[in-house]
Amino acid sequence: MKLIKTSTAGTMESNDIMITLEPREEGGISIDLTSNVMQQFGRQIENVIRETLTKNGVENAAVIAVDKGALDCTICARCCTAIFRAAESDAYEWEVKQNVR
Amino acid sequence: MTDISKIPHIDEIFNHGEYHGSEEKKRATFVERSASQNKIVPSLEDAIIKSGLKDGMTISFHHHFRNGDHVVNMVVDKLAEMGFKNLTLAASSLASIHSHLIEHIKNGVITHIETSGMRGELAEQVSRGLIDCPVVFRSHGGRASAILTGELHIDVAFLGAPSCDPYGNANGYSRDDDNGIACGSLGYARPDATFADTVIVITNHLVSYPNAPWAIQEYEVDYVVLTDDIGDPKGIMSGATRYTKDPKELLIAKTAANVIEAAGYLYDGFSMQMGSGGASLATARFLRKKMIDQGIHCRFALGGITGQIAAMHEEGLIDRILDVQSFDLDAALSLKNNHFHHQIGAIYYASHLSAAAVDQLDFVVLSALEIDTDFNINVLTGSDGVIRGAIGGHPDTAEGASLSVVVAPLTRGRIPTIVKHVNTIVTPGSVVDVVVTDRGIAVNPNRPDVKEKLVKAGLPVFTIEQLRERAEHLVGVPDPIKYKDRIVGVVMYRDNTIIDVIRQIDED
Repeated sequence: MKLIKTSTAGTMESNDIMITLEPREEGGISIDLTSNVMQQFGRQIENVIRETLTKNGVENAAVIAVDKGALDCTICARCCTAIFRAAESDAYEWEVKQNVR
Repeated sequence: MTDISKIPHIDEIFNHGEYHGSEEKKRATFVERSASQNKIVPSLEDAIIKSGLKDGMTISFHHHFRNGDHVVNMVVDKLAEMGFKNLTLAASSLASIHSHLIEHIKNGVITHIETSGMRGELAEQVSRGLIDCPVVFRSHGGRASAILTGELHIDVAFLGAPSCDPYGNANGYSRDDDNGIACGSLGYARPDATFADTVIVITNHLVSYPNAPWAIQEYEVDYVVLTDDIGDPKGIMSGATRYTKDPKELLIAKTAANVIEAAGYLYDGFSMQMGSGGASLATARFLRKKMIDQGIHCRFALGGITGQIAAMHEEGLIDRILDVQSFDLDAALSLKNNHFHHQIGAIYYASHLSAAAVDQLDFVVLSALEIDTDFNINVLTGSDGVIRGAIGGHPDTAEGASLSVVVAPLTRGRIPTIVKHVNTIVTPGSVVDVVVTDRGIAVNPNRPDVKEKLVKAGLPVFTIEQLRERAEHLVGVPDPIKYKDRIVGVVMYRDNTIIDVIRQIDED
């Protein structure tokens, strides 16, 4: 997906993450993460952000993420929303995930 | 008078020889006498000089003023100003307000600390290697025992008191007026008062002799210092601890009350202790309903006392309260006004050396930061490995009670509460009977009797491993905390054996 403008998604509430996404022409994906669970989950949060961007075809972007203990599903959802907003697209591909307990 | 050497067996009867006259007869009224012949010294500095305090000695404090305490900082400032070095500070606990001590650790006034816990900046810095000698963390019962046996020898105790008379009878409230500071029970100051070589009471409220009822009696006190400021009443006590409205905590509390009932410990004449955490406190509310419905009453409630327990006492549901620490103003007022709300000291409360009140508990409801699959409990270090809590009476009551119930949410934010290994073992799994979370209950395999009863009652019982998997499924597996080799804290069990150590966190 082609990013056109800077976008944000999420809030600063507990268990949420605020994602700010800036388009870049080159340089790959850079992630500036602050988190209240940095030690325990910092690595995993970065992985989820990176995977979500890659899956949506974003190769170059600057991400500023302020995490307040969000779960992986929340991080993924906030990233997707930021991507669609940055791309000014609403061609969401809804899917039903199985095995969600 | 006969020649005393002629008294049969006189060598076996201890005596100071023959009577040789009494002291000069007093003539002034007792009120006049108390104005001149008393233990009041003009300043804290005078008291310190008279105490004979020397470099390398041990000073002690109580923590009944919680985060409103001004006594520790004031005294250590004065000791620094007077040039003391290399002192051991043995407090019953420390709070965020004591971050001021960092300066005096850096300048060598304080070189060792003993406490039940610490929070805030001081705890952060200790976790990052502030002090060379590891901080010793003891439970309330463990500290009481260590003072009793002399393992923790206190040279000078500095005990803040909201009321005191000229001879040193001191208390955590005053019978003479209602306007002063009230901290309720002074239970954790009592071993210090009894066993310290020198006891200095620091008060903002001098009352007439005798300051009865008292927590600390005059013959244990050497000097009384009058000062304007012993603490901030707002930090010492809040009005009343409110019941939680958090639905998760209420669910946990309701389940915990059902566990206690199903396990057979809710009977006419039972005994209990409630921790001060949201869910453990709320458990009392659900027990209250069961007690009224079934027409049963509680013989005694022990421990840190809240307004909720005091209210149940006042409505006739609890016969006696044994109060080592009053958590809120309502509890302090109840201690002052209710005859059967009784103040006890830390030795009576929880020392393993004697038959303590904790040994008479049917059940205790306790909180936890972390619980592991061996049922070990951590209440001292956070999920990032940094010190941020206090042992309190956790291991004392868990071991003492016939049923120890630990309540905690399965996850806090993204942090799982049930893990493979806790960061710091404070209470060993062998004395933890039941874990209650918002997602189910786990019973220690060494209590098959309890498990059978809970299953029979239809309660949601799982294995602790199943609960851990549930937590993991929700939040993932945290990366392990990185520590350095250096030990910054030593954790003592209630018998003062070393149960665990706390290492410096590695931020490189």
